[in-house]
Amino acid sequence: MTPPTSNPLLWLIPILPLAGAAINGFFGRQSSKKAISAIALTFCGAAFLLALWIAIGFSSASAPYSFPLAHWLRSGSFSVDFDFYLDQLSLVMMLVVTGVGFLIHIYSVGYMWDDESYYRFMAYLNLFMFFMLTLVLAKNYLMMFIGWEGVGLASYLLIGFWFTKDSAASAGKKAFIVNRIGDFGFLIALFLLIQHFGTLDFPALFAKIQPISPETTGAGLLTAIGLLLMVGACGKSAQIPLYVWLPDAMEGPTPVSALIHAATMVTAGVYMVARSHMIFERAPSALTVVAIIGTLTALFTATIGIAQTDIKKVLAYSTVSQLGYMFMACGVGAFSAGIFHLMTHAFFKGLLFLAAGSVIHGVGGEQDMRKMGGLRLYMPWTFTVMGIATLAIAGIPPLAGFWSKDEILAQAFSVSWVYWLIGVVTAFITSFYMFRLMYMTFGGDYRGAGAQASHAAHKSHGHGKDDAHGHGEPHESPWVMLGPLVVLAILSVFGGFVGLGNRFEHFLDPVFKAAVEPGLQEPIREAGEKSTEYLLMAISVSVAALGWLLAHLLYSSRPQLPARIAEKLGGLYKAVANKYYVDELYAALFVRPLIDGSTTILWKGIDQGVIDAAVNDSADAARHISDEARHMQSGNLRSYAGWVAAGGALVIAYMVWMGIR
Amino acid sequence: MVPLSYYLVLSGILFVCGVLGFLIKRNIITIFMSIELMLNGVNLSFVAFAAQWHSLSGQIFVFFVMVVAAAEAAVGLAIIIAVYRTRETLNVDQVNLLKL
Repeated sequence: MTPPTSNPLLWLIPILPLAGAAINGFFGRQSSKKAISAIALTFCGAAFLLALWIAIGFSSASAPYSFPLAHWLRSGSFSVDFDFYLDQLSLVMMLVVTGVGFLIHIYSVGYMWDDESYYRFMAYLNLFMFFMLTLVLAKNYLMMFIGWEGVGLASYLLIGFWFTKDSAASAGKKAFIVNRIGDFGFLIALFLLIQHFGTLDFPALFAKIQPISPETTGAGLLTAIGLLLMVGACGKSAQIPLYVWLPDAMEGPTPVSALIHAATMVTAGVYMVARSHMIFERAPSALTVVAIIGTLTALFTATIGIAQTDIKKVLAYSTVSQLGYMFMACGVGAFSAGIFHLMTHAFFKGLLFLAAGSVIHGVGGEQDMRKMGGLRLYMPWTFTVMGIATLAIAGIPPLAGFWSKDEILAQAFSVSWVYWLIGVVTAFITSFYMFRLMYMTFGGDYRGAGAQASHAAHKSHGHGKDDAHGHGEPHESPWVMLGPLVVLAILSVFGGFVGLGNRFEHFLDPVFKAAVEPGLQEPIREAGEKSTEYLLMAISVSVAALGWLLAHLLYSSRPQLPARIAEKLGGLYKAVANKYYVDELYAALFVRPLIDGSTTILWKGIDQGVIDAAVNDSADAARHISDEARHMQSGNLRSYAGWVAAGGALVIAYMVWMGIR
Repeated sequence: MVPLSYYLVLSGILFVCGVLGFLIKRNIITIFMSIELMLNGVNLSFVAFAAQWHSLSGQIFVFFVMVVAAAEAAVGLAIIIAVYRTRETLNVDQVNLLKL
């Protein structure tokens, strides 16, 4: 690994949004909404421009860049610094985070304009950008951990943004607590790294790990570290078994769902696993676990997505499923494919969420797709961009999702056909539920409240949390919201072309390949396998088309059919619609016992029975004793004299006894 | 010559009589006399030891005690008279203004 080039601009990128967050957070209450927007957008946009500037000047020859800002911890030979680091991997992440983040900032201006806590929202968003960029640009695991925890905090604050609503507050709590479980694993992994390698600095650490041969027989230290890191990634990136918080996180405002719970934060786990590829490559069993978890999550949550009726819930399960794809890619050793999908996913899933937000905005806060329909007439722009995003996520060529998904499937096939098969099935389901969403939302006739009410009466009726103005019939969103949608749509269309001819993979090669021993991770596809690759491509495209066809059949041409099918399936359908009762299972297995145990044993048993009782009983004892002893102080002179005489007698008796002895 | 222990036993008996009288009696004059009894019980042991060890200090000390006792008697009796004038009783249990 070449020594890093110093680049003093690096630290400005995370600091700029922090400054924006500080200004808006401290002074936002008094300022006008225009000023708040200006500050939030300026600082976030400046970070984006700076990132672009660095990206333009980026050359693989001088990479990686780094900038040590300040010392942090010094303890014997162990040290951690505030140190920023930029290589090809973090460059991609940085551009995605600042780019998509900036677009979502613009969108939020329109979406959140009527909210009374507008300044708080903008400050939180900027704060999130700061932590996310710290995570991405960190040079050591500990700084990454700061960012990691920070984005968790920002996520908690933003999920519970409408904290007066009980469901939002508890969804925020749930996200935070479930993430703690993952962070626990991450922390233990860091402790193991410190104990055995004495450093958390990426280049130094990986240089020490590099000579270690893979733990093919049995599981050793690196396997343990890898698995623990994966526990952390499972928490942050919502994989089985810790995915349950992400669907609930949809209680937050829609731009938050787009930015944090689709495009950036939830991909931090993938980034972390990719960043730790040196460890995972030397721990094949850990890598297998990553692949299995990813594959299972992809399939499992995709099936849940079929039966959801809340537009954001469908997208949430879709996100979890797509994250599963990324982990599957990492698990089969195709880290660059995983990162590639991460990037394209950030485009189209961010777009999907923002478009869903536009829909919700347009119909006055309604999220139930059964009450939508026919919106293509009312909001043509949203319809167009959401259609593009749907095509992209379904994997229809030549849109972005096709390239990255195909890359993953091809890589998975070269490792095991099982991964590939599940991946293809998932692709089919993905395509189905996405087009189902499209047909239910935009197809048919409008079924919302405005449809029943007189169209002429433009009085405001009841509207949801998202919106503060009256609603007659659905309307298109303002341009400040549509602009980012269009930009993201363009990216969703063309974003996949960076992967043409494996250019994206070669760009990331210095990160993933340079350190690998020759022969360990050789390019798998050879000339003879080209035809196999085309065949796989054809299969995944036809599967996507099949999903579309099925959705068209069920939700457009025969809208009565789904209900009948659901009836036929009975219990199975109910299980899927209720998310396989996983939340209930967790509640029964972990939450209830914990609450009951805490209540009966810890609270009533130990706290009240032992600690409180000890204090109360000693107070009682003191009172009883002094109640008795109080009678000595009778005020009766002769009783005092009696005590004196008795005392004297006692002293004499003692002295006599001592004398006799 | 009478052995020392006889004097000491007598002294102890006198002292205990004084203590018991002090504790049991309610009449303030009797209590006062009990105190004198205790003092004299102690005086007896002083002189007994002084005679035994041929040391004058014990006897000198007895004089001091007598002087103090005389002074005390003077003051004490004055108080008793004052008490009787105000309370019209010599029963200590009824002189209880300071009690709660």
